Amino acid sequence: MDTWTFGWTLALIGMGGTMLVLWILSLLILLIKKLFPYRPEEPAAKKG
Amino acid sequence: MESALFSGLQGLFLGIANLSLGQVIMILVGSALLYLGIKKGYEPLLLVPIGFGAILVNIPLAEMMEKDGFLRFFYDTGVLTEVFPLLIFIGIGAMTDFQPLLENPKIILLGAAGQFGIFLTLLLALAVGFDKLDAVAVAIIGACDGPTAIYVSSKFAPHLLGAISVAAYSYMSLVPLIQPPIMRLLTTDRERKIVMGLVRQPVSKTTKILFPIVVTIFASILAPKGAPLIGTVMLGNLMKESGVVDRLKSASENEIANIVTLLLGLCIGATMEADRFLRAQTLLILGLGFVAISLDTAVGVLFGKLMCFLTGGKINPLIGAAGISAFPMSARVVQVEGQKYNKKNYLLMHAMSANAGGQIGSVIAAAVMLSVLQGMGIIGG
Repeated sequence: MDTWTFGWTLALIGMGGTMLVLWILSLLILLIKKLFPYRPEEPAAKKG
Repeated sequence: MESALFSGLQGLFLGIANLSLGQVIMILVGSALLYLGIKKGYEPLLLVPIGFGAILVNIPLAEMMEKDGFLRFFYDTGVLTEVFPLLIFIGIGAMTDFQPLLENPKIILLGAAGQFGIFLTLLLALAVGFDKLDAVAVAIIGACDGPTAIYVSSKFAPHLLGAISVAAYSYMSLVPLIQPPIMRLLTTDRERKIVMGLVRQPVSKTTKILFPIVVTIFASILAPKGAPLIGTVMLGNLMKESGVVDRLKSASENEIANIVTLLLGLCIGATMEADRFLRAQTLLILGLGFVAISLDTAVGVLFGKLMCFLTGGKINPLIGAAGISAFPMSARVVQVEGQKYNKKNYLLMHAMSANAGGQIGSVIAAAVMLSVLQGMGIIGG
């Protein structure tokens, strides 16, 4: 594989892949929050 | 007797006789790193051991990086095996609070945009003549995440480890100087004044515990080559959030992190031998590192502008600059910059969300990169 094919392939899949993985992660976080919502009687979440 | 005395005295001057100009320069470079760490306070935890390691390894005839040398032992066992950066990652996970991100998950996309500099710099590194794996290692400076840069470069370009690590940590500490001009250049006065409402969505403890487990399973299955990076960060975070292994959490963020930081710093310094470091290539790496972090910031802000447009002006594009992994420094830069244009604007919590996204983003970007390289057959399976 020549250098530029390598570079562009890695750059495009890398950027797209990173964006896709993080987007799916954001959906998973929303799903977990829906399944396990915060209940007021829980001790307030600590801020670090 | 006379000749014995003469030989003995000669031994005392052997070091001076063997001192090369390159070694003198590198001792000065090591001293400069010590100055930056001690006097200027730039990443002292790393720059002090790195600077000292650079001095030690350039002492003539001390042979600290030769076989059985004191620094060689730690380098071989901790850096070449990638154990040191991974142990640091456990500590980082144990210290990181992902709550701002969990409160506002869509902001995680800024953490992805903040990594684009890695991939754009890869193209630049190839253009200036680095070979494929060297270019990957140089580009990863754009993760703005020291341990990730060390992990990737020790795996694929150990001969560039010193220059890459110094660039990564130096630029991380220079984020408050590098980012603001780019943020101002790419945003309008109106955009910088956008007030973002307070997002307070309390998160359940169950969510905080499930988050590291879900991220590990999901992201590692998608990008298996990055599982050590993702897994160690998330293990540290799970220990923090579960609250049941306080001793392990405390050891990870204190004793283990401190010991490993010291040894890792020394080992990085030990790779800065004059004949390896004093090359035009080192200057190129420093230049590309600067470009990488600038591009991360630029793409982050531009993505912030896109989100601003798509949300009808509800997102201040400045927070896009915090999509890099320099936590929490980058978020603070956004807060300071935002308040210059609107004193009543408190962007800190939003920027912290983006910054936490950047921390995950940098690890995911490296993991994706490794898996794509594996898929392309560039690295072994």
